[in-house]
Amino acid sequence: MYPELSRDEILRYSRHLLIPEVGLEGQRKLKNSSALVIGTGGLGSPVALYLAAAGIGRIGLVDYDVVDSSNLQRQVIHGTSTVGKLKVESARDKLVDLNPDIQVDVYNEPFTSENALRIARDYDIILDGTDNFPTRYLTNDVAVFLGKPNVYASIYRFDGQASVFYAKEGPCYRCLFPEPPPPGLVPSCAEGGVLGVLPGTMGTIQATEALKVLLGIGEPLIGKLLLYNALDMTFDFVKLKKNPNCRVCGPNADITELIDYEEFCGVPSHDHEEGSAGANWDITVTELAERVKTNHLKLVDVREPHELEISRLPNATNIPLGQLAARLSELDSAEEMVIFCKSGGRSARGLELLVSAGFKKVKNLKGGINAWAREVDSELPIY
Amino acid sequence: MPVLRIPTPLRSYTSGQSEVNVSGLKISDALTDLTTQYPTIKPHIFNDGGELRPFVNLFVGEHNIKDLQGVETPIKDGDRLILIPSIAGG
Repeated sequence: MYPELSRDEILRYSRHLLIPEVGLEGQRKLKNSSALVIGTGGLGSPVALYLAAAGIGRIGLVDYDVVDSSNLQRQVIHGTSTVGKLKVESARDKLVDLNPDIQVDVYNEPFTSENALRIARDYDIILDGTDNFPTRYLTNDVAVFLGKPNVYASIYRFDGQASVFYAKEGPCYRCLFPEPPPPGLVPSCAEGGVLGVLPGTMGTIQATEALKVLLGIGEPLIGKLLLYNALDMTFDFVKLKKNPNCRVCGPNADITELIDYEEFCGVPSHDHEEGSAGANWDITVTELAERVKTNHLKLVDVREPHELEISRLPNATNIPLGQLAARLSELDSAEEMVIFCKSGGRSARGLELLVSAGFKKVKNLKGGINAWAREVDSELPIY
Repeated sequence: MPVLRIPTPLRSYTSGQSEVNVSGLKISDALTDLTTQYPTIKPHIFNDGGELRPFVNLFVGEHNIKDLQGVETPIKDGDRLILIPSIAGG
């Protein structure tokens, strides 16, 4: 039996009650439902807001970050007044204001192999709003092991993908993507950027799919992948099949418990770009500030040309990372060199490339030009 | 000619083109044509052994070539091919 709606709730949800596919019965079903939202960022913001507004009885929010002003271009659940606050608390306050009749449980911790099953076990549906490959594979495997639907979306610049991965009825994420890309081959949003409204579109699609699955109405995106491009305004749908060789949901699955996902993907489970090439290859911004006073050092900026309009170091040579391999002849391996980018991630990969090409006198600027702006030159903007 | 749709992350290797006309009778011809027109895209979709990377999926219309005949899948004029890489942003 589903819980009754109060007089206030009947008024609040009247536009739902008017739709025969939802109606009083459906709204009571939603009140009895629970949804776990992993990540309260770009996707998690609209997901949580719309699920709360729709009257999902219990919503869980998982995040360990604090609100940063660079989040606000797309993470609309947070606000200027909550910058510096825990994201889960900022989000909970907004949800409870939007709908005081629901219960919001917060988990101020990273979603990991250690806590994921415990956290997800008591929810009817999981919504993947994470921003990195390790947590996406973890979320998938948790959903498969617990037999729950995983409402998926991911974004990059102008592109969005969405599906409902539900191994009981169709393919899982690993059926489509058995392995993650090698580290560094696919840029993250922290590196490549994202149109702020894109997660709004994709997160709203996730919330729509979650409501359909919970209500048992319509045709959910099980066995289908939606591809959206905001620039061209195109929606494509492709069919997904269960992969008979899938390592988690196939008949001969050999992954039967959660693994070390950071090791599996070769990258950390966050989308903060700070990169390091290792202690032997890094130089800090304060060290560099000292060195440039006395030594001649070649500075190589591997950011994209449009990023130079935001901030630049004087006398640096710009070779975007994607062109570095083809333009090695422009660099002299006998010269002492410091390679940098926005935060040190791309330049660490550039350093690897240079070292494998025989360069020895090269260092990676730890924290990138943003660290320089924070610690050395406060006139320079941070982005 | 079949048309191959390029996702945003790979457009920097196709001079910003969202769609590329490719010729050939099967998928492998189309991919050879693509990498001849845009050589820098090659390491992003093929591994060192010359196979499609596992995180890249190629669809003909609605169907994954893995569910058809792989790179031997025949193609014809007017077919719409879609490259789908994994992206993780959120």
